[in-house]
Amino acid sequence: MGYSAFKVFWQGLTGNKGWQPAWREPDPRPQYDIIIIGGGGHGLATAYYLAKEFGVRNVAVVEKGWLGSGNIGRNTTIIRANYLLPGNQPFYELSLKLWENLEQDFNYNAMVSQRSILNLIHSDPQRDAFARRANAMRLSGADSELLGPDEIRALCPFLDFDNARFPIQGALRQKRGGTVRHDAVAWGYARGADMHGVDIIQNCEVTGIDITDGVCTGVQTTRGPIRAKKVAMCAAGSSGRVAALADMRLPIESHVLQAFVTEGLKPTLPGVITFGAGHFYVSQSDKGGLVFGGDIDGYNTYAQRGNLPVVEDVCEGGMAIMPMIGRARLLRGWGGVMDMSMDGSPFIDKTGTQGLYVNAGWCYGGFKATPASGYCYAHLLAKDQPHEVATQFRLDRFRRGAPIDEKGVGAQPNLH
Amino acid sequence: MLILHCPYCGTDADETELAPGGEAHLKRFGPGSQDADFEAYLFARENPMGVHFERWRHANGCGKWFHAARCTTTLEVFGTYSAQTLDPPQEIRDAITAKRPGWRWRDFA
Ligand SMILES: Cc1cc2nc3c(=O)[nH]c(=O)nc-3n(C[C@H](O)[C@H](O)[C@H](O)COP(=O)(O)OP(=O)(O)OC[C@H]3O[C@@H](n4cnc5c(N)ncnc54)[C@H](O)[C@@H]3O)c2cc1C
Ligand SMILES: [Zn+2]
Repeated sequence: MGYSAFKVFWQGLTGNKGWQPAWREPDPRPQYDIIIIGGGGHGLATAYYLAKEFGVRNVAVVEKGWLGSGNIGRNTTIIRANYLLPGNQPFYELSLKLWENLEQDFNYNAMVSQRSILNLIHSDPQRDAFARRANAMRLSGADSELLGPDEIRALCPFLDFDNARFPIQGALRQKRGGTVRHDAVAWGYARGADMHGVDIIQNCEVTGIDITDGVCTGVQTTRGPIRAKKVAMCAAGSSGRVAALADMRLPIESHVLQAFVTEGLKPTLPGVITFGAGHFYVSQSDKGGLVFGGDIDGYNTYAQRGNLPVVEDVCEGGMAIMPMIGRARLLRGWGGVMDMSMDGSPFIDKTGTQGLYVNAGWCYGGFKATPASGYCYAHLLAKDQPHEVATQFRLDRFRRGAPIDEKGVGAQPNLH
Repeated sequence: MLILHCPYCGTDADETELAPGGEAHLKRFGPGSQDADFEAYLFARENPMGVHFERWRHANGCGKWFHAARCTTTLEVFGTYSAQTLDPPQEIRDAITAKRPGWRWRDFA
């Protein structure tokens, strides 16, 4: 069933009684060409592009909870392509291009809003670093601008420009950056994949990965065994646990990242604002709430909740750069478990086991990557060749001494 | 708030006094070792759901490094112990066994 403005109008007049479920609830079949473990954004996008772009339709997405229960429904919804390194930036620019056409492509309103992103600058060296980044962004075809304090004053008069420790001297702006309604991304991809014949199997946890003589033959699940020619791990924060089922250890630690939202306010923020120096970033949702966050708690955890010191730290960052936030009441806070890789960059790769593939290590930046991650993973699964913008997301890059240390951050960064 | 007992100065330290240092009891593979071992020593981690042995520094206190045994799902602390050891001491293992019978971690169970 296609969605359109006319349908919304007609359903409104007829009591909204004609809407159908957006996807089927099939029982698992005994065998598929490809099984994707994890029905988060990346797993669903992978299934969608496999079926739509690469003609592989005999696919199942196996999800232990419900769609949207993982990080796809917990993130702060920021999209951008303002990376530096050649291994990263073209990938994120592809992602941004896919976002720009996503709603038309999967016929679902994901509320993609290119309301711009500002990264604040507080010192001369930081300006130099951002100028370099802005140039690197342009090399991949992305847009970037350096703004001075007067331009930012006009856009965001509420910031603390004369902050004694971090005076605002400028910003890197990407106008095409912005926010997207995160659960709608999961739902849109799920519906699109389902319409192309993909089985989405919820409440079905993978409890084993079957490997015979170095070849992956399927998975064990809480709803019985399922055979497959290829098995694609895509479990984000649970990547380490899923890989352990195949006796693999990953260069990943699971950490919690918290996020917060205030009561709804009138429109005040022009776009996304990041205060990297103070570990704080903020945007305003379409409902009006200020959505903000900061750093990870810092120690291994699988609990989807964080501790109070980080709440205080993030709020201090907010008060420092945007004092007016102190007048808003905090409504909610939550946490999501993330797959922190050792260099802060992801993996989309084959493994040492034939027929077993890995997509992991997204840290706190995997939401913006959802379309490109799905597209490139689908490319790898269908053709056994990496997509040209994802050639460096290799599992063996640490052994080769070729980490992609974008900012030199990771779980416990081994900064060599 | 996570509170860990510092085995050196005896303080029950709040999380704000402590700096996390990642997985403990890593076996060092240095010059002359296999590439795969060296890589695993530097980068691969157990990342368990459950019992985890880890390093902490009493950074805003006595400044010493120590070890903790903690559960990564419930955040429960089983105990802390000196950094001057290659393996978790028996009383820590017993404390874990009392609460998590059948626990396993690398080759020490
Ligand atoms: C608070 C917070 C804020 C963030 N903000 C941003 C942001 O602003 N911008 C940005 O780009 N990124 C952000 N991120 C990161 C982003 O959300 C993640 O990197 C991304 O969502 C991970 O990919 P995913 O959507 O596939 O993950 P998930 O939605 O977590 O999907 C993984 C799925 O695998 C399932 N699973 C796990 N184990 C099994 C199993 N054994 N069997 C079956 N299924 C299993 C899980 O149930 C889960 O649904 C943020 C993250 C958090 C926590
Ligand atoms: Zn101490």
